[in-house]
Amino acid sequence: MAELNTARIREHLRRQGGDGPMGKLIIGFLVASAFLSVFTTFGIIVVLVRESIPFFSTIPLDEFLFGTKWFPLAAQPSFGVLPLVAGTAHIVIGSAFIGLPLGLGSAIYLSEYASPRMRSILKPFLELLAGIPTVVYGFFALTFVTPLLRNVFPSIQVFNSLSAAIVVGIMILPTVASLCEDALRAVPRQLRDGGYALGATKYEVTSSIVVPGALSGIMASFILAISRAIGETMAVTLAAGGTANLSFNMLDGVQTMTAFIVSVSLGDTPRGTIGYQTIFAVALLLFVITLGLNLLSNRILKRYRESYE
Amino acid sequence: MTPGPPTNSILMSTGNLARRRLAGRCFSFLVAGCAYCTIAILAVLIIQILGKGFPLLTWDFISSFPSRKAEDAGIKAALWGTFWLMSLTMAIATPVGIAAAIYLEEFARKGKLSTFIEVNISNLAGVPSIIYGILGLALFVRAFQLDRSLIAGALTMALLILPVVIISAREAIRSVPSSLREASFGLGATRWQTTWNVVLPSAFPGIMTGLILSTSRAIGETAPLIMIGALTYIAFTPRGPMDAYTAMPIQVYDWASRPQPEFQVNAAAGIVVLMAILLMLNGVAIWLRHRSSKKAH
Repeated sequence: MAELNTARIREHLRRQGGDGPMGKLIIGFLVASAFLSVFTTFGIIVVLVRESIPFFSTIPLDEFLFGTKWFPLAAQPSFGVLPLVAGTAHIVIGSAFIGLPLGLGSAIYLSEYASPRMRSILKPFLELLAGIPTVVYGFFALTFVTPLLRNVFPSIQVFNSLSAAIVVGIMILPTVASLCEDALRAVPRQLRDGGYALGATKYEVTSSIVVPGALSGIMASFILAISRAIGETMAVTLAAGGTANLSFNMLDGVQTMTAFIVSVSLGDTPRGTIGYQTIFAVALLLFVITLGLNLLSNRILKRYRESYE
Repeated sequence: MTPGPPTNSILMSTGNLARRRLAGRCFSFLVAGCAYCTIAILAVLIIQILGKGFPLLTWDFISSFPSRKAEDAGIKAALWGTFWLMSLTMAIATPVGIAAAIYLEEFARKGKLSTFIEVNISNLAGVPSIIYGILGLALFVRAFQLDRSLIAGALTMALLILPVVIISAREAIRSVPSSLREASFGLGATRWQTTWNVVLPSAFPGIMTGLILSTSRAIGETAPLIMIGALTYIAFTPRGPMDAYTAMPIQVYDWASRPQPEFQVNAAAGIVVLMAILLMLNGVAIWLRHRSSKKAH
């Protein structure tokens, strides 16, 4: 297909007087740049699959996916990934409780209630919040959120999934807010006017016309935010700790999939051992989950775009 | 999916108008609260970190190398490392990202292939950054044997921010009115001449804004650098792209993850410096956007 396109462009250039060999070079560079993204995806898949083949030829897939004990570096190793998945679930569920409602609420305010002046003040704040590095959020969780939570829950551990989930919730808030706002603003004005003409109050128009009308965009943003929370690394590595346990208590420390990958790569596990190969197996699982969620989100978003344009 | 949401629920609204208005007022306070919450969170975060890091914020901190003693440790190596890393990253990502955006917007025929590339780019934007770290580890550090050099880090970071650069550059190029292109074609210019002389200058402020925001995203990235082994004790400033390095977010992570409480002060001070740079970059981006939107009116 690439051949086809360059041929077409070359022909086009020749017809227009052409740019000579320089033109061909430029077009070649443009095409190569666009295809780099395809190679990147390809590279990610090849690396993850190739490096985890030795792992899965030793450990059966069902033992990896459904095992409940994760001690990959112990003398008697055990490779059940569920504790890491549970740790990630702590972060996802906790952050969803904070990030999704606050993000949607902010989006509704920005799109339906705020004056243009308020909007122009609030939007840069949201962008700033989105631009804060995740390692900063991790530090904030460790030195501010956890001590604050200790006043409420005296039994809280130094490393706990609750404070990590709270900061990840703050982290996904701007994503949710900006994508939801786009979705809410895409609802045509006539629909709102129709609601007012029927005698509805602003709240009724917002809650029963605008929000349902933007529902697919809102859902897409929620899924994307959850995918971000799953892939979040530094905040959970700093604040949630490094013990993989299958616990339901958010006051305890947990290890997420991402935090595990970081801990092995910081440690001195020798290359080529099965302990080292685990990071590729875990990364492959992480990649498959986030890719699935991103594709789902795109699919929903595409459908909603089509419904109004 | 049926176009348009259901409206019959409004017709069934019951209760008197005063109660409905009260519900409306409560709701408006609720959503405004959500929005102002973000300012409050940002304020608490900044005040906390400034308060913790303030005692160490001196010239010594900026001009010292890391040390085992917390009060002597500074961020000189990390600051220079970040500066080198970002310069190299942007030197790689800028031409490639803009070229890909030009191809997709100006040259590619709209069809299955360009849709495939588009979907691919938007999916890459959602891949967790730690996965890019693993790619960089396998590809640049090992296969290309670049080891723990600046160039290995920059190549990894460039791949990581390319989707963002491409998406923002495409938006800037798309917002150039097609009448300008048609005028250029009318004068007999080729497609590339039009792109170079007409489209790019007109899209320049938008592209710059996107580049600056991408840089500010890359500066804070920590996980991919940890994967490719940038977390080491470095007590020198890099002299060239093959040198070893450390970067600011990694230095902050290193200090923050230590058990001794003294190092928390260093972490906070490091964050203040990092955030100051980010604020500056964001400020420039906002100013650029404001200026170009004024010009458009």
